[in-house]
Order: sequence, then C-alpha cells, then structure tokens
Amino acid sequence: MKINGSKILIECLKKEGIKHIYGYPGGVVLNIFDHLYDEKSMELTLTRHEQAAVHAADGYARASGKVGVAIVTSGPGATNTVTGIATAYMDSIPLVVFSGQVPTMLIGNDAFQEADIVGITRPCTKHNYLVKDVKDLAKTIREAFHIASTGRPGPVLIDLPKDVTTGMAEFVWPKHVNIRSYNPTYHGNRWMIKQSIQMISKAKKPVIMAGGGVILSGASKELKELAEKAKIPVTMTMMGLGGFPGTHKLSMGMLGMHGTYYANRAIQGSDLIIGIGVRFDDRVTGRTESFAPDAKVIHIDIDPTSIRKNVDVDLPVVGDVRNVLTDLLAEMKKHKEQWGAVRSSWLKQIDRWKKERPLEYRFDKKIIKPEFVVEKIYEVTKGKAIICTEVGQNQMWAAQYYKYDKPRTWLSSGGLGTMGYGFPAAIGAQMACPDETVFDIAGDGSIQMNIQELATAVINKLPVKIAILNNRFLGMVRQWQELFFNERYAHTDLDVTPDFVKLAEAYGAVGLRATTPDEVVPVLKESLKVKDKPVMMDFVVDWKSKVYPMVPAGAAIDEMIFDEEKKKPEKKLRTVK
Amino acid sequence: MKHTISVLVENKFGVLSRVSGLFSGRGFNIESLSVGETIDPAVSLMTIITSGDDRIVEQITKQLNKLIDIIKVVDFMEIDHVERELVLIKVSPRKTDKAEFLKIAEIFRGRIIDSGTQTFTVEITGDEKKIAAFIELIKPYGIKEFVRTGKVAIAREGLKKK
Repeated sequence: MKINGSKILIECLKKEGIKHIYGYPGGVVLNIFDHLYDEKSMELTLTRHEQAAVHAADGYARASGKVGVAIVTSGPGATNTVTGIATAYMDSIPLVVFSGQVPTMLIGNDAFQEADIVGITRPCTKHNYLVKDVKDLAKTIREAFHIASTGRPGPVLIDLPKDVTTGMAEFVWPKHVNIRSYNPTYHGNRWMIKQSIQMISKAKKPVIMAGGGVILSGASKELKELAEKAKIPVTMTMMGLGGFPGTHKLSMGMLGMHGTYYANRAIQGSDLIIGIGVRFDDRVTGRTESFAPDAKVIHIDIDPTSIRKNVDVDLPVVGDVRNVLTDLLAEMKKHKEQWGAVRSSWLKQIDRWKKERPLEYRFDKKIIKPEFVVEKIYEVTKGKAIICTEVGQNQMWAAQYYKYDKPRTWLSSGGLGTMGYGFPAAIGAQMACPDETVFDIAGDGSIQMNIQELATAVINKLPVKIAILNNRFLGMVRQWQELFFNERYAHTDLDVTPDFVKLAEAYGAVGLRATTPDEVVPVLKESLKVKDKPVMMDFVVDWKSKVYPMVPAGAAIDEMIFDEEKKKPEKKLRTVK
Repeated sequence: MKHTISVLVENKFGVLSRVSGLFSGRGFNIESLSVGETIDPAVSLMTIITSGDDRIVEQITKQLNKLIDIIKVVDFMEIDHVERELVLIKVSPRKTDKAEFLKIAEIFRGRIIDSGTQTFTVEITGDEKKIAAFIELIKPYGIKEFVRTGKVAIAREGLKKK
C-alpha cells in the first residue's frame, strides 16, 4: 500500500524509537505537522524559535544518549537551525534535523521561503541530504540515523521538498544500512594497545586526560577502572566532565584555560599523557609548542582526524574509547606490575599542588559571589542535578565549582561556545529525565538569547531551574577587557536588563531573587519545591568577579593568572573541598 | 611539498562541493582538481594536486576520508605512479616562424588539432616538466589562448612503494 511521504517519515521515526521531537511549523511542512497531530507514539514540542528546537533536541540527546530530532520549515526556519546544528557538530552530538524545502520543481528559483540549507549546513553537519524522490525517503532516514549515532556522532540534516512529503510510495524500511564509504574503526589495533601498556608501565608521571568521547562511548566505568588500577590521576576537558567522578581522589578537575592549578601543573610536569576521547582543543593546550614538554602522548579516539591535528602523538589508537579501554584492561591483567609503587611520589606531588593552590574565591558577607551560588547549588542538589550552562563566566564557574560524578549530567556548549544554548538544552534534558532536577546556570546576557523558551517550559510544565548569575555585564568579555584592554568596557555593560522576576511571572513561571548571600540557599530551596513550572532565579552577584585561574590566550597552560587580591589579609578565603 | 591525491567518490550531486568546501573551510590549497566518471558510472574519480607539510597533507587525506561520500583516498606521494595533463594552446606564429613552430610541436609530440589563417591550436599531453618546457619554448610565438585539464595520475603495476 502506498502512503504519503509525511506518513513514511512518521513510520521511520517510530522504527527508530523516537518519542520526542522538537519543532516549529511552517508552509512547506504543514503536511508533516498535520500527521504528527494525531500521532500518539511521539510528542512534538513546539519551541518558540527554531534554534531552541535544535538545542532542545541536543539537550535531550546529551542527557539520554539517544538521537535528538527536530523538524522545521524551509527558508528562515531552516537557517535558524544553523547555530544549533553547528553547536551539536562541534560537540559530536547525534541529531537528525528535518527541514522543509520548496517543491523540487521550484528549487533554485528563489521561491518564497527558499534557502539552500543543504549548501549552508554542509560544513557543520556530519552529513546531509536533499531527498528528491519519495521512494528514497525511508532509506535516507535510515542512513541518517545510522550516520548520526555511529562512529564519531554528529548532526545530520535531511531536506524535504514539499512534493516529497506529499508524494506517495510504498513504505519499505531497509533491514540493514550499508554505506560502502562509511566504516568507522571501532576496535583499536592490538599491537598499539600492547605498546600503550608498555608506555604506561614505564611512566613515572602519567596523566589521563579524558574528554567528551568517554561520555559519548559510555566508557566511564572502564576509565575509572584504568585510573584506579594503574594509579593514574585524571583531568577532564570541559566536555569530559562527569566522565570520571569529580569527587574521586584521583580527579584533578578540569584543565586548560580555566582549569585547576594542579591539573595544569600535572600536565606540564608529566612524562606521559593518555588522551582519551579528546581532540586537544586550543582552550585545553594553550600554546601548543609549550604543551606538556616532557610528555609522550598516547591518543585514543575514534576519529583519525583528531590525531596529530593539534599536538604530536607518539602512539595513536583509533577506535571506540570503550572498546579500546576494555581491550587495554584485559591486556593489563596479563601484567603483574605493581602499578602503584612507581607512582606514589607523583601522586604526592599532585596532592601538594592541590594544597598549594586549591580552587578558591573571596567570600563576602554583603555581596553574593557567583562561585558561592554554584557551590550552594551543588549542596542543595547533593551533586545529583543535571546542570546545563550558557556560555561565559557562568559556564566556567559551573564547570569549576560543581563536581560531576556521573556522565550526562553536565550539558554545555564546548566547541562552538553558544550563548543561549543552556536553557533550551535544559528543556530537552528535563523531558529526557523527568525525575531529575535540571538546572540552567546562566548569565544575564546569555539567558536573553533564548529567553522566549520560558513559554515552552511553562506550557509543558517543566520544572527547569534557571539560576541567573546576574552581574549586569557580559562578564567573560568584560573580564578580558579589564585584564587586557585597560578596563575599557566597550559594549559589555548591559545597563538595562529586564526585571527577571517580573519577566518570569509574565510568562507564568516562578520568579525569585536573591540580593544577599543569606538569601541564596532559601531561594534555591524554594525553587526545588516547584514541580510543575520553571523557576527563574535572579542572583544579583558581584560584577567584579572574575574566573580564576586563567591562562591568557597564547600562553602555556602553566602560565596562570590568579586572583591576587585574595592575598590581602583582611579578606577571608573560602576553600572548596 | 606537492602531493597528488586521488579520491574515489560516489557520483552524487554535491560531492564536488563537499570536497572543495573542505579545502576552503580548513585553509588547504588546491593547485588543480580534475573530476571524471570511472568505468562504474556510480563512482567518480577526482585528482587533486595540493601542497603542504606532512602534517597538513595527513590532515587533508584524513579529512577527505571522513566525508561520507568518499570511498577511497590515495596519496600518490608514497606510490610509484605516472601523471599526465592535457593542454590546448592557441598560437599565432608569424608566417616566417610557422615551420619552426610546427617542428617544436612535433618534437614534443604535440598534435595540431585546428588551424586557420591566423592561428594553430596544438594539443599536448605529458607530465609537469614536459608541459612546462613546451610552454617555455613556444612563448615567443605568441600564445593567444591557453587551457589545461589539471593533472590525472595512475599507479604503476603492483602499487609498489617507492
């Protein structure tokens, strides 16, 4: 029996087990939305902007480990998804985005709401398709989900001309996907794995650098086993937070531009770096010529292009991180080395660094310090919440002062650094994990980039908690201006910010405010009581607070700047354990 | 260092733009690029001449391999191979120079494929050195138009490593 393309699309989504879709309707996708209207097996969430639809699908994917799906219309609907798609691409998040397109016979004619979205998204998708014939639709969708979710994951876009979604064809779901030109390497080379054991056993000062690949491949358990067994301290890239327990005694927290003193010192002092699911991004390496000068590098990653892209690698292992670590652990069992003995002085050294310069900030009785808010969020949620962030200082404080013990509890735009990501991602995460507490740690600048999604959260009764660290500035840029541009605050003073409490109320959400440190915990506790609508919390924080430590752009990662004012004796120091 | 990279691709629309977009987006050089169908009409072969140090060329081949529509990438740097390029040149020698010009063309095994009252069009194939030498020699005769296909390459029997 022949059915139309819109029905084929829905049948395909059912086959893929899709329950949540995020989208925004429009002229050429009316058919699809009309069919989805009656579909009971999946729910379409209407966002208030297409960018937010893609971020929500992304947040859903990061929190659940499944593929996120978004459907939008042609032209502006499609172009609005570009930031969302590029965000997912940089962070290797599996998404399938369907965009409507003008009928095939009008393509290229500058028709109403026509945009060459396949051309536009070519460099920011893992792959994309323009379906020209309804007969190819099911096969294309099958391929798209396969490509998005396997190998190094990423977003795939499918452009659907109107006549394809209205045209009729038999629905045939291909049993297998066979793409001759796409064969990711899942298992690491045996010889390379044996070699890496040799290198690990010889190393006196090894460091594991774990990245987003650990989370994407579900390798946290294996990573923990490796670290504990071989007594290797672990530092995480921002994307890797949660991949290894932040409260573990071998954890050194995050490294890089705003990494901990001890993680950066350990990297620079190490004789072996084991990079696992990382890509040695510039925010992590600092000046590459000075990066880990005495270290050999083992690099485990599924994407061969990540290897030797930014830093030299002594031993590359291409493969899925979990498979490689499983094989590595099996190989280690054959060796009888006492791994701990050779490392004890190294681990002691790291402890000394931890004591020498822990993460710390100046506490103030009158003014709320932003770090204090994050610390308290950690306490009231007992470290169990899913934390989404925007981008800027809020993101870095959330990375530093909240300890992530589990994977998929830290959702943040790492590669692209997209302001406006956190709130819609929190919406997706809350829908993926309805029983979890989901926070968006935001800045007063970032939150305004997708603030319209309050409507989405209210109508879907999502109890997302938005904690705005409100410093009336675009804080991270202001920080750079203070440090490197003679305190000339060019266009970073937000001057007029809305009254976030009233704004929340106008949308039908709960608005709360804290202006003194005493009010922080009560406000957070109050927010946790709300179970059926979003809560927007306005924390009026010290505008002068800066993110420390900081490695200036172009410096080596042990050339860190610290908060020197804290040395003044009258200021009381608070140390985070 | 110049590299000749041969890329076997699915003959689908947009593939050329994926490849050229990869080069422009990542700041790689393309000196020449030629594309044509293979015996299997579903597959095309691109020959790309590019340059860069080892690390860049390694990235180029890896990044090409990563594109979904690309089936196979071969860097001829490591393989014994032959390269050819075809050039069409329209020349207008003075009457007194015509014989000499034709002689040079003959030495280089060029073929005259069109001649008129004013001009000759000569077709020449060969590797980079031969073509460069020919062009140098005929420049004085007055080149009116000049078009080249870009290089193509093929491995010698056995794909022996150099």
